[in-house]
Amino acid sequence: MAIITSRDGNAPVRITVQGGMTIYEAAEFKAHLLAALDTGAALELDLGEVDEADSAGVQLMLLARREAARTGVALHVARLAPAVDEALDRWGLRAAFAAAPLH
Amino acid sequence: MNQEAAPHTFIAESRELLRDMEAALLTLERSPADGEAINAVFRAMHTIKGSSGVFGFDTMVEFTHAMESVAEEIRVGRLAVDEPLVALLLACGDHVAGLIDCLDTDDRMARLEAARPAGAELLRQLAGCMQPRRRATPASGLPPPGAGHGVAGASWHVSARFAPDVLRHGMDPLSLLRYLATIGQVEAVAARWDAMPDAAEMDPEACHLGFELQLSGVAGRQQIEAAFEFVRDAGSIVVLEPHAALDEYAALLQLRAEPGLGDALLQCCALTPDELEQALELTAAGRAGPPAGGAAMASGAVAPASGASASDAQAVGRAAAEARSVRVHAGKLDDLINLVGELVIASAGISLGAQRTLDGELREATAGMNRLVEEVRDAALSLRMVPIRDTFSRFSRVVHDLGRDLGKEVELVISGAETELDKSMVERLSDPLMHLVRNALDHGIESPEQRQLRGKPPRGRLQLHACHETGSIVVEVADDGGGLDRERILQRALERGLVQPGQSLSEREICQLIMEPGFSTAQEVTSVSGRGIGMDVVRRNVEGLRGSIAIDSVPGEGTAIALRVPLTLAIIDGFLVGVGRSTYVIPLKMVVECLELSPEDRARVRESGYVNLRGEVLPLLRLRELFDLAGSPGRRENVVVVDYGGRRAGFVVDALQGEFQTVVKPLGRLFDRLEGVSGSTILGNGEVALILDVPALVQQVLQAGTVRPAPEPGHMAQPAMPAGAGGALAAEQQGDSFVR
Repeated sequence: MAIITSRDGNAPVRITVQGGMTIYEAAEFKAHLLAALDTGAALELDLGEVDEADSAGVQLMLLARREAARTGVALHVARLAPAVDEALDRWGLRAAFAAAPLH
Repeated sequence: MNQEAAPHTFIAESRELLRDMEAALLTLERSPADGEAINAVFRAMHTIKGSSGVFGFDTMVEFTHAMESVAEEIRVGRLAVDEPLVALLLACGDHVAGLIDCLDTDDRMARLEAARPAGAELLRQLAGCMQPRRRATPASGLPPPGAGHGVAGASWHVSARFAPDVLRHGMDPLSLLRYLATIGQVEAVAARWDAMPDAAEMDPEACHLGFELQLSGVAGRQQIEAAFEFVRDAGSIVVLEPHAALDEYAALLQLRAEPGLGDALLQCCALTPDELEQALELTAAGRAGPPAGGAAMASGAVAPASGASASDAQAVGRAAAEARSVRVHAGKLDDLINLVGELVIASAGISLGAQRTLDGELREATAGMNRLVEEVRDAALSLRMVPIRDTFSRFSRVVHDLGRDLGKEVELVISGAETELDKSMVERLSDPLMHLVRNALDHGIESPEQRQLRGKPPRGRLQLHACHETGSIVVEVADDGGGLDRERILQRALERGLVQPGQSLSEREICQLIMEPGFSTAQEVTSVSGRGIGMDVVRRNVEGLRGSIAIDSVPGEGTAIALRVPLTLAIIDGFLVGVGRSTYVIPLKMVVECLELSPEDRARVRESGYVNLRGEVLPLLRLRELFDLAGSPGRRENVVVVDYGGRRAGFVVDALQGEFQTVVKPLGRLFDRLEGVSGSTILGNGEVALILDVPALVQQVLQAGTVRPAPEPGHMAQPAMPAGAGGALAAEQQGDSFVR
């Protein structure tokens, strides 16, 4: 389980979630998200290595999107592991988070 | 049905929940829109149903499920609260209480079977409530346009909101979504996150999500609702059937009060744009007037804009309160108190020994120990103290039902419910209080018509009040009814020979007459009262608790009856007296004064059995003779004057040994019938001292001697007395002393 924030020069901030994106990682995930959004740079979520997702995780994705929209920051989802895809699908949110890797 | 013993916790908790539900129902009758009360009803039934299911009590599950469904209908505004419904639910609550009682017996199965017919009848009536869906009427008088038409949508619609804690409790709505997909076809889902707070305040571990969902291919409502079993009580689930009436969607919109909900309903194809517009119009019309049933009733549901709901806060508060208290078996408390009592006695013995030595350090140490032991004793006794609140709140129901039966309107006002007293006292006070309340309602408070004739408000007022006085608790039952009719009481008393003609009695004494055995001025005997056995029993019960009753009444304005009982029976403030080689304890409260019996008086006393105390006649009781003690009195004898209920007597003893506070030890069943003795205690030196039953002894003295408390001086030879036992008066006049 790891959440890594990285940035390459002026590239978008990238948050990679490996392992779980559940209530257990929720506090940490939120901290990373808000910190990244604070920088004002575009945000990219790499969720390709998530093996478990629950509503807490989905919720934080919604939070990120809402905050990004509010502060005028671009938000993209680079990769979606099957676990995340299924959770989003159940919630009817798949269309809202269509994965679209940045160049 | 499970054959194992029903766990006591389940029974105790269910009873508590039923009490909560009863209180909530009574509140609902007065304020039908009280969301808190509705939630309480729902919660009670939901919890009892769940627990019953765990233990396999199917009858209970079936019954509580029906009640829970009705409560849910009320919660979402599809069923209006009115008096007949409340009465039905109260009756159902009683039935569940009866079922719980059945569980507590040995022939449980037979009793539960016997209760079936009554239960079936109630279930039938409950089903009758659900049938024609009586909706809370919208405020506007016009029938809403198109309200009755069903919407085009052919799927079930589920609108779900969850309590913030569901994720922490391991219930993820995601599991529900997955499960629903297995019982039917999920046509569409629209996630709702209006309730999510700002980023900074958003609790990542709490649930801020809800959904609107369209489901097809399901057998029926039951199936869908069953899926939400575990999240229903703190959340809000609304299930609308295919082609539901438009005003149900309007009610849903109003209930949720979320700006984006309309769009969500469009998004998941629950409504067409036209239908949505109409539904919004309906809600606008509804909002024009005072809040209709729907939104107000479901106010206990998760509020969309704020993070937590009122019921959550209450649930948290309740959990916190529960965490601060512990359930203890009453027997364990009694054992503890007993041990502490022994500890007090043992340490008194040590003190005594220490006093006799000259070792200063030892004396100081024992003094310190005594102080600590006393604190332990007080702390142990306080464990048994419970507020009188539960007893008082039971009366809400009694007053409600009795008022209805008697056709009287009565308002019950309770004050001082937090006053604490010993648990055992509470149980023994509830019967006397019940009788007083029933009397007040039956005889005291007049019918609304009579009250109006007298210029009183049609609604009578019954007040239950409790407070502390030094060492005692006072419980008062007061009504603003017609008061005691003194003329009638005196007349009845004359008829029954309780007073002599020409005798003058104070107002208070006249009132006290109603407590004589067999006394009743009621013109008719009702099923409630009038037979004349009540007040006498009340007095005996209260006296058995070492308490007293005072009656105050103002004709036309009302009556107030005050019961005074000690805070606890476990400890007594006593006055020690010695007779021969024995020691006795007289309750200090009843001791008025002590005097020495002069040699002249002793001679006179031998003849007449009385002594002249400052012009008053004081009947005497020689304890030595009462208890048949060997030996003869020494040179000095003393008299302890006791007062009980305004009547005085003197106990003749040898030595006066001073005040003494001690733990009372019951004598045991073998000595139950011992007259004149109400308990025992162990002195510091290890000896047993018997505690005198002053009320009984005073009664004995007075009846035999037929003496009145405050006669004229110099009339000792010819007392003008109320007749007690007939023969005594004759013996009296022959100058017989009663003490023989």
